[in-house]
Amino acid sequence: MQDPGISVLFKGSNFIRLLEGLSIALRISFLSVVISLLLGFFIGVLISGKNRFLKIVYGIYLNTVRIMPQMVLLFIVFFGSTRVLGINIDAEVSSIIVFAFWGSAEMADLVRGAIKSIPVHQFESAASLGMKKRTIYLKIILPQTLRRLVPSSINLVTRMIKTTSLVMMIGVVEVLKVGQQIIEANRTTSPNIAFWMYGTVFLLYFIACFPISRLSKSLEEKWKLA
Amino acid sequence: MSFIEVEHVSKEYISEGKSFPALKDISISIEKGEIFGVIGLSGAGKSTFVRCLNYLEKPTSGVVRIDGTDLSELKEAQLREKRQKIGMIFQHFNLLMQRNVLDNVAFSLEVSGMKKKEARKKALELLKKVGLEDKKKAYPAQLSGGQKQRVAIARALATEPEIILCDEATSALDPETTRRILEILKDINKEYGITIVVITHAMSVVEEICDRVAVLDSGELKEMGYVSRVFKNPHSKAAKRLIYDSERSVG
Ligand SMILES: Nc1ncnc2c1ncn2[C@@H]1O[C@H](COP(=O)(O)OP(=O)(O)OP(=O)(O)O)[C@@H](O)[C@H]1O
Ligand SMILES: [Mg+2]
Repeated sequence: MQDPGISVLFKGSNFIRLLEGLSIALRISFLSVVISLLLGFFIGVLISGKNRFLKIVYGIYLNTVRIMPQMVLLFIVFFGSTRVLGINIDAEVSSIIVFAFWGSAEMADLVRGAIKSIPVHQFESAASLGMKKRTIYLKIILPQTLRRLVPSSINLVTRMIKTTSLVMMIGVVEVLKVGQQIIEANRTTSPNIAFWMYGTVFLLYFIACFPISRLSKSLEEKWKLA
Repeated sequence: MSFIEVEHVSKEYISEGKSFPALKDISISIEKGEIFGVIGLSGAGKSTFVRCLNYLEKPTSGVVRIDGTDLSELKEAQLREKRQKIGMIFQHFNLLMQRNVLDNVAFSLEVSGMKKKEARKKALELLKKVGLEDKKKAYPAQLSGGQKQRVAIARALATEPEIILCDEATSALDPETTRRILEILKDINKEYGITIVVITHAMSVVEEICDRVAVLDSGELKEMGYVSRVFKNPHSKAAKRLIYDSERSVG
């Protein structure tokens, strides 16, 4: 009888290697997500002001990021930097740069939308109570902006985590790449391996993303009432 | 000298390079303890007018004096202090959704430096005043429109204002709830001697609580006088249209 495939998962150091791959994927995701959230928030606040120039520059930035497939960006940064600039950027660092570049643009757009959706009368109402401008921004506008941001930014974060699987294209051995290596190595002995392996990778991604979307759900639930 | 004095106030908005006159040379005096109505069609300049009374909107020209103080002469911090004496309630209740009713009322007191405990005590008193003490732990999302507006009134009262500006405060409410809110406004007018300026589209509201009324049309003051006189015998075209049309539509 043929090996059902599942045993390959635990053969040798296979499972450990998968987990290592996952941790690389998560490390890249985590760093680029943190940078994107902070930088994106900052940019979002900037472009919500009155400065036309900033808005135009940002418009070009956002559209560039949206038009270019992330893979192209990865190639440009990873291979282009060596060719054009003569510097050698590590694949993992390149990935973080690209994802942060992308994520910041998207995050800034979300922040801008959230700020815009807060009606002027909220501000006026607070001002009529004699509150300071700073107090109004910090205690009234900011908390509401953050709330409105939760669902959409969580969505962005999970999208970013999933997209990190692209980094294997520039040689980062993350979880999907490890999976493929294991499949290659065991193709002849257990033909079912691909199914089990991709299933496992799916499960690992699910385990990584699920708590995040749960968190978002529970925050939304909590805040809907409050 | 009147309590609120508006002298030759004009306001122009600049939008897309063109200036638009929202108020044209308005002069109105409102006495202490009066309930004063402002009516007019949509876009007449009513909101702009009341926003000039607490300088949420600075007039392009003219003077606004509250209790003898010319608002244009106040520094930022003094203006904020003055605003605490001028409460405002809106059609949108603008409550903080993440805070419960009690904290919504106490919040402005806390940020102006009052101790939390003290602020809550005072907030609770005000909630009693508007008949909502049993809802103090509820969140705004759990309240009806009328209840939310009562919280907004309690919040406006927290800073012990001498004036309350109501910009369509009852527009989102049904007649019965509107009546209840008007009762509360009348109450606080009597009890604390608070001067109230009411903007509304509902002529019945004006009849119910206002002493005098001003009629605005396209940024101009068309008519002003005691409600009893204006409603029985309107002189201006604008007033006639508002008053007779509303009677016809109400049936
Ligand atoms: N911030 C602004 N910028 C440009 N124009 C404005 C601004 N605010 C108000 N206006 C214009 O000024 C005019 C008067 O507006 P205002 O809000 O005072 O009317 P209103 O009488 O309160 O109307 P409504 O009954 O619809 O509330 C309107 O034509 C409006 O378009
Ligand atoms: Mg208005």
